[in-house]
Amino acid sequence: MSTTFIISLLLGLSIAGYFFGYRRSITLASPIGGVKNLHSRPAYYGMLVALWCGLPTFIIFLVWQSLEPSIISSLMIADLPLDYQNLPKNQLGLIINDIKNLATGNIVAGEKNAIMHAAANHYVQLQILSKWIKGGALLVLGLITLIIVCRRITPEQRARNHVEKIIRIVLFCCSTIAILTTLGIILSVLFESIRFFKAVPITDFLFGLKWSPQTAIRADQVGSSGAFGAVPVFIGTMMISAIALFIAVPIGLMSAIYLSEYAGKKFRTIAKPLLEILAGIPTVVYGFFAALSVAPFIRQTGGLLGLDVSSESALAAGLVMGIMIIPFVSSLSDDVINAVPQSLRDGSYALGATRSETIRNVVVPAALPGIIGGILLAASRAIGETMIVVMAAGLSARLTANPLETVTTITVQIVTLLVGDQEFDSPKTLAAFALGLLLFVATLILNVIALVVVRKYREQYE
Amino acid sequence: MESIMDIEGATLADNISMTLEQQAMASDQEAIKKKTIVSREDRRTVGEIYTEDPRMTCRNVNVHYGDNHAIIDANIDIGRNEVLAMIGPSGCGKSTFLRCLNRMNDTVEGCRVTGEITLDGQDIHGKNIDVVPLRAQIGMVFQKPNPFPKSIFDNVAYGPKIHGLASNKSDLEEIVETSLQKAGLWEEVKDRLNLPGTGLSGGQQQRLCIARAIAVSPEVILMDEPCSALDPIATARIEELIAELRKQYSIVIVTHSMQQAARVSGRTAYFHLGDLIEVGETERVFTNPRHQLTEDYITGRFG
Ligand SMILES: Nc1ncnc2c1ncn2[C@@H]1O[C@H](COP(=O)(O)OP(=O)(O)OP(=O)(O)O)[C@@H](O)[C@H]1O
Ligand SMILES: [Mg+2]
Repeated sequence: MSTTFIISLLLGLSIAGYFFGYRRSITLASPIGGVKNLHSRPAYYGMLVALWCGLPTFIIFLVWQSLEPSIISSLMIADLPLDYQNLPKNQLGLIINDIKNLATGNIVAGEKNAIMHAAANHYVQLQILSKWIKGGALLVLGLITLIIVCRRITPEQRARNHVEKIIRIVLFCCSTIAILTTLGIILSVLFESIRFFKAVPITDFLFGLKWSPQTAIRADQVGSSGAFGAVPVFIGTMMISAIALFIAVPIGLMSAIYLSEYAGKKFRTIAKPLLEILAGIPTVVYGFFAALSVAPFIRQTGGLLGLDVSSESALAAGLVMGIMIIPFVSSLSDDVINAVPQSLRDGSYALGATRSETIRNVVVPAALPGIIGGILLAASRAIGETMIVVMAAGLSARLTANPLETVTTITVQIVTLLVGDQEFDSPKTLAAFALGLLLFVATLILNVIALVVVRKYREQYE
Repeated sequence: MESIMDIEGATLADNISMTLEQQAMASDQEAIKKKTIVSREDRRTVGEIYTEDPRMTCRNVNVHYGDNHAIIDANIDIGRNEVLAMIGPSGCGKSTFLRCLNRMNDTVEGCRVTGEITLDGQDIHGKNIDVVPLRAQIGMVFQKPNPFPKSIFDNVAYGPKIHGLASNKSDLEEIVETSLQKAGLWEEVKDRLNLPGTGLSGGQQQRLCIARAIAVSPEVILMDEPCSALDPIATARIEELIAELRKQYSIVIVTHSMQQAARVSGRTAYFHLGDLIEVGETERVFTNPRHQLTEDYITGRFG
């Protein structure tokens, strides 16, 4: 009994439940003068049975599925000879891994012996057994609920309200999953950051002007003790994002206005998808475009103007990133500008306003909340972007306000901190979490600001 | 003409025993009949098309929305200091015709206007005519209230601002106040000029739109059912305003209320399925219509 089979079995059972419930309600309705005398329409009775039959079994299925591996492996371990069981934890882990590999037919790292073969056989048997029990139990459970719920159908039963309630609960659960996941991520980042702040004072991190996270692995090793001042990295992020937004917001907004207010239908249908392709190009491609074409170009032009431009610069990364995020601004703005009712434009035209006056004074203010949303999306894209920066702006954290020098960003530093082998409790690794937290707080503040702006304009403009 | 009504009456009676499908087909045919049974000859405009001192003239105006011929060969004058009422069943083209007068149909995709419309002897479609000042000259109040998503004050101040009618802030405030007063809205909103115009009730919004239109002092005012969302008091207020504005301006008002047309207008035009059927002095049209269709409409026999 494979997993897919069990799922389709449960699905089939639900569908059958729907038909039984449907039929039963109609049967009940005929002596009392037809379907109109039922509390709810027959479909709701069907749905009620289907939901009762499908949901609990599905939940049990999920729970079983998630507990199954650990239970089976502990059952298998319990059956191993005692001298195996008393092995140190990591050795035991290796052997269990080998046994599992043996069971699935994969290549085994260590040496094999009869005990392990037996254990592997046992493991496979347990798995098969679990599958059968699972399938059988769920089928029986589903059938029982189907029958019970079906038999409890009465003409007065408030099936519609019942179904609506169940649906509401399901929807609620789904939204909670998203919220809980976010919360989980935040908490784990927060706890790791707190561990980091035990090693490095939070004030050093927030206000320190030097970022060089190379700590000595052994006490006797030569090397710097590491400096974890996040300011240069943070400034780098802000500078590159600002350059990117500086490019993307005007171009994106204006192209949106052109597309929605001036362009003909034909041009629009061609231009809009083309513009959106920009967002679909992988960032690596942008990255080497930035590193191989834009950065040298800026260096050369800078050289002609007598400026000293380094071969990797914030400007190059920012420019290319700006182009990448244009569609976020333009596409969303275009949509909201199109959603502004024509009657508002007509009202303005009828007062003798020109097209640009109408756009400036009526259309854009009316579309502002959506436009801000687009800009915000673009901004978070820019702040989170890594690849372009790695390739075009460099890795060295330098505290500078000059966009022609190399800088680095939070995301890039997180990557460099976590790439390669290291212990997971050295300050160097934990610093990544602190940076992540910083990034999170920064985007959160950005969101709040945008929300406040939108609300302020809403009050004024709606 | 009587015989048409008889035919219609008969089809109606037959409808009762028809299936839905047949009914749909029958009503299609009926619509076609309505259009075709009155011959081209009989749909020629009767009454007094011309006035002595026209502010605007319309000659052979035809409007097409794609394949839909919405206005067919309309000829009419709009006099100086005159209130012209346009009446007719829903969908007969009153709004469409009104929108021709300030070229608002330019903004409608697929809409084609032909014929000659003049304002003070100048063809409004002429090459040397700029539509922007034209629309400032010919104000419009729309059928559906469409206040801007701005404060009440900014709604009214919008026109004067873009045309530079006020040299300073107090000028602007005065324009806003008088416009709102004329529209009969001042008392209700004077304490909340900074609140959004969209937060007003439907009737208040309509008056706000009227105030907005008269704030730029247009010379011709087109009103598309300005009182459809107003209570009798506000309606009376607007009718007073129309009487007052007439002293200086020309006004065209679309209305579904024949009483209102009788109260405010000097001349009345009756539209029927895209045709301008009858034009004449309001009193004459209502008491002694010359066209059968007009008579049918004002006596409430259809429409
Ligand atoms: N924007 C448009 N696109 C296509 N057809 C339109 C458009 N506006 C109006 N029409 C058509 O033109 C005809 C006249 O419409 P119009 O709005 O002028 O009627 P009306 O007399 O103002 O009716 P009502 O009294 O209901 O407002 C109708 O058949 C309508 O379907
Ligand atoms: Mg209309």
